[in-house]
Amino acid sequence: MPVSIKDLPKEKFVLPGDAACPGCPENMGLRFVGMALGNRAVLVIPAGCTSVIQGLAPGSGLKFPILNVPFASSDSVAAGLSSAKKVLGEDAVVVVWAGDGGTADIGFATLSGAAERNDDVIHICVDNEAYMNTGIQRSSQTPLGAWTTTTWSGKKERKKDLPLIMLMHRVPYVATASVAYPIDFIEKLRKASTIRGFKYIHLHAPCPVGWRFDPAYTVAVARLAVETGMWILFEAENGRVSISPPSKPYADKSRRKPVREYLSMQGRFRNLTEEVLRELEKQADENWSLLLKLST
Amino acid sequence: MVLKTLTGNYAVATAAKLARVKVVSAYPITPQTTMVEKLSEMIESGELEAEMIRVESEHSALAAVYGAASGGVRAFTATSSHGLLYMHEMLWWVAGSRIPVVMAVVTRTIGPPWNIWTDHSDVMDQRDTGWLIAFAENNQEALDETVKLFRITEDERVFLPGIITLDAFILSHTTEPVDIPDQNLVDAFLPPRKQPYVFKAGDPLIMGNIPRDLKWNMMMREDIHKAMERAKKVIEEADSLWEKLIGRKYGGLTECYRCEDAKHFMVGVGAWVGDMREAVDYLRDKFSLRVGLIKIRYFRPFPKEDVIKWLNNASSVVVFDRSVSPSVGGPLYVEILASLASAGVRIPVKGVIAGLAGVDVTHEDLASVMLTSVSEVEELGTFKQNTLWFYGGE
Repeated sequence: MPVSIKDLPKEKFVLPGDAACPGCPENMGLRFVGMALGNRAVLVIPAGCTSVIQGLAPGSGLKFPILNVPFASSDSVAAGLSSAKKVLGEDAVVVVWAGDGGTADIGFATLSGAAERNDDVIHICVDNEAYMNTGIQRSSQTPLGAWTTTTWSGKKERKKDLPLIMLMHRVPYVATASVAYPIDFIEKLRKASTIRGFKYIHLHAPCPVGWRFDPAYTVAVARLAVETGMWILFEAENGRVSISPPSKPYADKSRRKPVREYLSMQGRFRNLTEEVLRELEKQADENWSLLLKLST
Repeated sequence: MVLKTLTGNYAVATAAKLARVKVVSAYPITPQTTMVEKLSEMIESGELEAEMIRVESEHSALAAVYGAASGGVRAFTATSSHGLLYMHEMLWWVAGSRIPVVMAVVTRTIGPPWNIWTDHSDVMDQRDTGWLIAFAENNQEALDETVKLFRITEDERVFLPGIITLDAFILSHTTEPVDIPDQNLVDAFLPPRKQPYVFKAGDPLIMGNIPRDLKWNMMMREDIHKAMERAKKVIEEADSLWEKLIGRKYGGLTECYRCEDAKHFMVGVGAWVGDMREAVDYLRDKFSLRVGLIKIRYFRPFPKEDVIKWLNNASSVVVFDRSVSPSVGGPLYVEILASLASAGVRIPVKGVIAGLAGVDVTHEDLASVMLTSVSEVEELGTFKQNTLWFYGGE
């Protein structure tokens, strides 16, 4: 169902006084989760930046019910919680809000298990492309060539394509999203909340601290990722893939902005070679080509 | 009352059914497997109205049970050995969250090498987590104590999770006649579930975010310590109520067998307490030795007061452990030493490490250890050695 800004609820779920860094994309994402799901959301959050962002107990900067849990447990905890709500006949949208580590790496077996069982959970992967909370170490979601504190000369490996891996779990709903496109994200969340079973949303979340850019430009960087074709917004309902409206124009390569424009905004690519740049462009082309094949 | 021949695993599965658990989650591991299979069957046939979450690992099994219990329903899991170790992180999380759940641990040796037979290393590894730890001697006790643990863990004086321990194969796969209590009696015994808080939509409760004051974090551990102490009374109350309704009493945290005039004591936990009873009978009947047996039913909370009470006027005590903390000795041995020292009771204490890795120890073996030990004490007034690695069959 189309969402318009003026119809979005005014109730705030991200309150002043939380502990997020300036320009934090996670806070933006959490605001959108509040707008999309409101009081129906119950969040399960493994270790990561949001463990800190919520602020110090007994206070909290977030107005969701939040169950903080160990890294590798979130989707299972969510599955149990969702079962309890079903048994008790209570309405709730159980959401796992996890970083790329908690999703793609240490949390992956748990995620895959819950997806295969089709547990009634929305998993949101807030992808800031490295282990930011522990101080910018590489993850399987860090792109090729990016500097991190465990890849000083640039990461040697490619970013693991998690949304497609989740698509191949044949779950009822898989989508990508970006903090630069809140309406698209909110629409996807709302759709996911109407579907029973496992829903996966991969939210692209550029991190000013870890990516080395001015915190004023979080949205600009996130938007450039889409405009250069480096991040593709799509959704798949019951396996049927469709490119989402913000990304649609960029199916045509000639309409994409140069990848260099996106990378040059980020200090983590300061020492990028021409060779790695070409490889990243090639990877973007490959990702597009595969998604377009899947969407026909 | 219905008498059935049940394995320990089926007895515990039956107990979970009688407790009307609403969510079960488990990952199969020998020798716990048949318990999970039975529960799956009960749920699929409609005999037990519950959700079964068939997870991909033990870490996830306890995570799912924790999620369900946090959401307000009675939940159950079971595991063994490596599965329990893989869960270890979640054990801390559940106890720290003060969410009551019940788990069965079918004790099994830890590798390497691969070994499916019983010892107590796996469950002893959990002793500092904040879980109550009960040991069953036989299948009847495994059933009874599982049901009781739901009441004990959900008591507001406790609000801690609990483990029921049963030895691999000796109980888990051995059939015994087990009396299955009537459902209406169990319903009378078990009040509706209570827990400190319930996660639900619209109620912005947060569990587990970073504390502003580290002292609160330390106080949380102190509160678990105190709750564990309070649990002693709750366990005894549950035991008495069970006796009143069902007719079976186990003695709360400990049982002392043939202790009235005993001078020399054996101490043990788990299934081989049955063998120890036979050893005591044999030593008394054949050698007229005044030997008694202290059966530790709960390792956590540890029944320090009972131990002091039973051993206050003893001449000697031999503690049998099925696990070891290298360079220190058996965990039970250490607890007995600490309990006696705290009360200033100075008697010879010997720690016997036996039955590790499933090495069989018969009641004759146990009796022979006691014969040697008693003669040492009567001759020398003390033991020749405080720690004995005993391999049996001698």
